Amino acid sequence: MLFKLAFKNIRKSIKDYAIYFLTLLIGVIIFYVFNAIETQTAMMNVQKSTYDIIQLMNSFLSGVSVFVAIVLGALIVYASNFLIKRRNKEFGIYLTLGMSKGRMSAILFVETLLVGVISLILGLGLGVVLSQFMSIVVSNIFEADMTGFRFVFSMAAAVKTCIYFGIMYLVSMLFNAISISRCKLIDLLHANKKSEKLKLRNPILCLIIFIAAWVILGVCYYLVNVKINEISPRKDMPIIIVAGCIATFLVFWSISGSILTVARAMKKLYYRKLNSFTFRQFSSKANTMVISMSLICLMLFLTITMLGSSISLSRSMNKNIRELAPCDAIFVKPLGITGSLYGGDNPYADALKEDAKKPIIQSLNEGGVDCSLFDETTTAFYYDCLGLNMDKTLGENLKPALGMYMFIAPDSFEGIMTESDYNKVAHVFGAEEVTLGKNEYAMVANLEIMIKIRSEVMESGRELEYNGFTLKPAYDRCLEGSVFMSETRSNEGVIVVPDEAVSGVNKTKEILYVDYAAMSRQELLDYDEKIVEQMNSIHYISTTTSVDTREGLKRDSVGLGATLTFISLYIGIVFLIASAAIISLKEVSESTDNIERFAVLRRIGTDEHMIDMALFKQIGMFFLFPITVAAIHSVFGLNMVKKIFESFGMGSLGIPLLITAIIIVAVYGGYFLLTYATGRRIIKG
Amino acid sequence: MSEILKIDNIEKYYGSKSSLTKALDGVSFNVYEGEFVAIMGASGSGKTTLLNCISTIDKVSSGHITVDGTDITKLKGNALNKFRRDELGFIFQDFNLLDTMTAYENIALALSIKGVSAWVIDKKIKEIAESLGITEVLNKYPYQMSGGQKQRIAAARAIITEPKLVLADEPTGALDSKSSKMLLESFKYLNEEIPATILMVTHDAFSASYAKRVIFIKDGKIFNEIIKGDRSRKEFFTEIISVISLLGGDAGDAV
Repeated sequence: MLFKLAFKNIRKSIKDYAIYFLTLLIGVIIFYVFNAIETQTAMMNVQKSTYDIIQLMNSFLSGVSVFVAIVLGALIVYASNFLIKRRNKEFGIYLTLGMSKGRMSAILFVETLLVGVISLILGLGLGVVLSQFMSIVVSNIFEADMTGFRFVFSMAAAVKTCIYFGIMYLVSMLFNAISISRCKLIDLLHANKKSEKLKLRNPILCLIIFIAAWVILGVCYYLVNVKINEISPRKDMPIIIVAGCIATFLVFWSISGSILTVARAMKKLYYRKLNSFTFRQFSSKANTMVISMSLICLMLFLTITMLGSSISLSRSMNKNIRELAPCDAIFVKPLGITGSLYGGDNPYADALKEDAKKPIIQSLNEGGVDCSLFDETTTAFYYDCLGLNMDKTLGENLKPALGMYMFIAPDSFEGIMTESDYNKVAHVFGAEEVTLGKNEYAMVANLEIMIKIRSEVMESGRELEYNGFTLKPAYDRCLEGSVFMSETRSNEGVIVVPDEAVSGVNKTKEILYVDYAAMSRQELLDYDEKIVEQMNSIHYISTTTSVDTREGLKRDSVGLGATLTFISLYIGIVFLIASAAIISLKEVSESTDNIERFAVLRRIGTDEHMIDMALFKQIGMFFLFPITVAAIHSVFGLNMVKKIFESFGMGSLGIPLLITAIIIVAVYGGYFLLTYATGRRIIKG
Repeated sequence: MSEILKIDNIEKYYGSKSSLTKALDGVSFNVYEGEFVAIMGASGSGKTTLLNCISTIDKVSSGHITVDGTDITKLKGNALNKFRRDELGFIFQDFNLLDTMTAYENIALALSIKGVSAWVIDKKIKEIAESLGITEVLNKYPYQMSGGQKQRIAAARAIITEPKLVLADEPTGALDSKSSKMLLESFKYLNEEIPATILMVTHDAFSASYAKRVIFIKDGKIFNEIIKGDRSRKEFFTEIISVISLLGGDAGDAV
């Protein structure tokens, strides 16, 4: 009996449940797919070093899952509580028929259980299918051996999904039981008759608050975009975030309270077709949706910003690596080091002292590192800067520069390289070579903001005192180029001086650029790994000499990019379905009230097309409203992210935003259309 | 006087062949311009079905309904909506006002869906509100109004589009006697001054006595028809009551 009733109820309120069910389904699918990555990657055939990066990514995803579960759990509690409210009349009838509240809770319990179990089974089924595609994507990203592609079912992810969603359903059952035990019969029976009093707020107050809210937002935008270098992330940022949230709330508060007054003032618009009805419909509900709309707006803002910037970052990182890592490996060894390394306590002090005298290649060979496949090598040196630091090289430009780029350290020493050495490096990197006259110097950087800062210095003709020489800029700009390999554009500047200017100056670093002999990709990966392993096993070498290989950098950036993209996709999609589901559920359940209203419209002779348009506009407004404000936030949010990740050389946002837009249109737009279709079906009776 | 509504031998069946219910069984009558006709009958007599067929909410099984020369039984889809919007005005028992909108906006809606400009709407609403004595409630919401006020707003909405025919379905059904009287006076005023052609369905003899002609329906057929003529409303009322008693068994329904 209990089951029969519960089952019938679900079938009866399928219109309300459809969107709820779909949301649960997507939730389960997403949860499974992202958690299954761990199992999939564990079974992948990848380099050992890649595996470490994947491990890191998986632990991130696992942590994010907890957060996602909280968001989804809150959504489920909200949605089911909401659906119960819509069914007050039904519960009222049960109570008048003499059913006990305990029994009613039991019905709800069974209902939730049924919906939960069905959504879990279906969701896991679809999740398993979809995760196969994910597995291909992941294998591609990490260049796994695809020959042994297997159908992967992740038991761990399935169990985890069941446990997490089980807890969520239990919590929602608990909330259901509480709300049932609290309700009174009289309220239940008259629930539908309560006419919502329209709260119209003072339009002038609303206007003032509206302007104030945008002023606050404007200040926040300004601070995070223009003054980002001056605000402290710990102290100021939380204040800005809180202010932004409050201002967002006020925007919705003021608009929802005054949109009707404004619309009514525009008589021509207001009394056109069903516009008056649509505005009334919107504003009668908007007041009760201020908080949810603000929340939705913020979630959408985070989604857009996260997706846009993470896709952009991972794209530019992958692109960067091609030009930023031009050779197979680079070894860097500090020369003439003094201090604690050579101290008496260090058991390797003697070995280190001995090794310090040798060039890199010799030290590697003698240490037993397999250098047999080194094909082409280039050597360059850094020279002692003799106290030349940024403070001195930037001069009066230091202060404005600090405003432009927050990571400038005025007392950090500059790198000095000779003209002939740098030109060898430029050849390796395929960069512009320098030609210096007597007593001239050049500046080379590849971090965009530093190129700009340095260029201004060069243009001002700033002279440098170095080793008794007075050097003038040879160019009126800072050249683009780098000396070390890195996954990001991180060269803040190297000073190139004429060869004779370093006479008598100590060398501080030896840099060795190596290209391996031709070999297959797999051989290259193995060789690469072998060198790094061998180097790390010899203590006196690994303490001083560092190595960066192109493959290693590529792995790092691919891993970082994938981690960023997956996490933002994961959170983004969950945020999207959560926001869309809240609006959707609210709208669909309101449609039940709307049946009567639309029937009246039909009775007075409104044609169907006009009615459809009115419904479309009404639902559209609720969907469009939060995302419009979110889009405005995102313009500034993305710009801020771009500034913070300057060194990553975040490229154009065009394609990443296009991808983000496609995802949003697909999920959010899909929910919108579904809501419209459901609403239409409901008002058609 | 021109013929506004011509009902020609209409029938309406429900159910299957084995258990056929004839809700309307060969009903024919005409309504002329400027008339105020009441249709009376007990519950289940078919009067609401008749009204639904005239108002195009329901379809007849056979026969023809002609409104101002248009055979509405042949209209379909949006043409039906257009017909309803342009030619008919409705007044319902439960008012059918939109609870989210003010009285003014409720009335305005009938015009704005026809594409009338805001300026004309304003002018017309003020005129009609004046004549129906609802000027002071124009800015109120339905929940702030009495039943009588609501029904007069509904009447204003029905009449403002200057329809060929106003259909009223038990308009006093949800009103107390004082409000009923006020509403019926309004109907009389609209019928005499505008003049609006009104067809009212009711089972209340008092309401029917305000009409110029009363048609009685029993078991889906026209049972009787009486005309007020020059008699006073009181005399007409007495005659209505006597016909009702003839209808038999339904006297309890009458008042």
